Amino acid sequence: MAYSDKVIDHYENPRNVGSLDKSEDEVGTGIVGAPACGDVMKLQIRVEDDVITDAKFKTYGCGSAIASSSLVTEWVKGMKIGDAMQIKNSQIAEELSLPPVKIHCSVLAEDAIKAAIADYQKKHGASE
Amino acid sequence: MTVETPIYMDYAATCPVDERVVQAMLPYFTHKFGNAASRTHQFGWVAEEAVDTARKQVASVINASAKEITFTSGATEANNLAIKGVAEYLQGKGRHIITCVTEHKAVIDTCKYLERHGAEVTWLGVGTDGMIDLDELERSFRPDTVLVSIMTANNETGVVQKIAEIGALCRARKVLFHTDAVQAFGKIPLDVEAMNIDLMSISAHKIYGPKGVGALYVRRRRPRVRIAPQIHGGGHERGNRSGTLAVPLLVGFGAAAEIAAQDMAAETERILGLREYMRERLTSEIPEAIVNGTLAHHLPGTLNISFAYVEGESLLMGLKEIAVSSGSACTSASLEPSYVLRAMGLNDELAHSSLRMTIGRFTTRDEVDYVVDRIRENVERLRAMSPLWEMVQDGIDLESIEWTAH
Repeated sequence: MAYSDKVIDHYENPRNVGSLDKSEDEVGTGIVGAPACGDVMKLQIRVEDDVITDAKFKTYGCGSAIASSSLVTEWVKGMKIGDAMQIKNSQIAEELSLPPVKIHCSVLAEDAIKAAIADYQKKHGASE
Repeated sequence: MTVETPIYMDYAATCPVDERVVQAMLPYFTHKFGNAASRTHQFGWVAEEAVDTARKQVASVINASAKEITFTSGATEANNLAIKGVAEYLQGKGRHIITCVTEHKAVIDTCKYLERHGAEVTWLGVGTDGMIDLDELERSFRPDTVLVSIMTANNETGVVQKIAEIGALCRARKVLFHTDAVQAFGKIPLDVEAMNIDLMSISAHKIYGPKGVGALYVRRRRPRVRIAPQIHGGGHERGNRSGTLAVPLLVGFGAAAEIAAQDMAAETERILGLREYMRERLTSEIPEAIVNGTLAHHLPGTLNISFAYVEGESLLMGLKEIAVSSGSACTSASLEPSYVLRAMGLNDELAHSSLRMTIGRFTTRDEVDYVVDRIRENVERLRAMSPLWEMVQDGIDLESIEWTAH
């Protein structure tokens, strides 16, 4: 399978690999996927004054899954959480030129950011 | 240490043609170009003689006679011919076939085709070691069983079935025994007499011969096995398989078979040595590297290992310049992980994490070292970004988590 240059770049130089302390109040954690399906993404955000100031990921999955999560962490940094909620998998797929068989990787990345925001909002009484 | 890249370590998929084989073939493309079926002139006689020689060379590797070799376009055709040919010829006697879930698709899909056309198929499972249970086989025989088809060696794991024992069970019940021996032919000793094999599928390109040619061994004596042809025409190959013989390819097949038989002992020792060296390095230097399939009954050159918590395709992506294969779903169009590993009871995660390395005639120790180093580096790098690895390091039981399947 031929990978796009952007997928290869994110695979070889992943942005924002790592973990934040999930017990912290400002941190939201999303874990999506399943080992049985061949991909699991953990995406974490730190939110200050409604703005995502930091994002980290760890991904078990193919190169396209790693690239999708790496790209999303890059995008959401500095975003308001309301804007981050608007990220669509199609934007991720387009940016990385994912082939049809890899679209599920971009769906998973969208799910991951939404799950991380939901976790953060739950900690804050889902008031937002 | 210098190695030339890319490194080929996928000999179970195919092999380069041995230079000696190429040289044997060349005249048969140009001045010795005759049709082996032309009985009226010297061009035909020369071609026929070459085919006779190739037939003997192939037959002698498995202690068969030349007349028992039916040349085909490859092992997929040989498997189709054996299974459909027996099922059709013996349909008046019975329509029950016994095979195994870890067979190659050429056997599985042929049996499924026959199921759709009225045959009944018993699908034997395998244990965690990859072996079928001989007691289960014994219990599966029925009065209407006409064929047992069990592969000699598995293409993904290298596990070798107890062929002689299976052959004895079949012979005692007068049931025909077919084996897909593509991976084993020319690599381990096979004897159709001692092992009571009635039909055997083999292929040239797995033994450093050309692609596009294979053969079906069809026993002629005690018992005489008859099959219904699946390709009709000029009655070539004793009517078993019509079509003009691909003389240059057959010459190559014969030469490759002869070399394989001559060098088997020495080559096995060298390749097994490299395989074991590779296995020891990988399993001692990388934690949670799990060998798939028993090594007690195994081909010398094949090594299938799961690197837990690392997905196979992402690992392959890091192994640029190295040709190996993976049981990961992502490397197949179906997005399903290896059915062979799953049948052995591996959970999906470990099946997704598997790599198959196959060592062959031209593999060097330096190449093995290079490949092991690259695998280790990449497994470490990918585990550092694997949430599963992190959870396991934190003492979390992955089985206890409710995953969101997608």
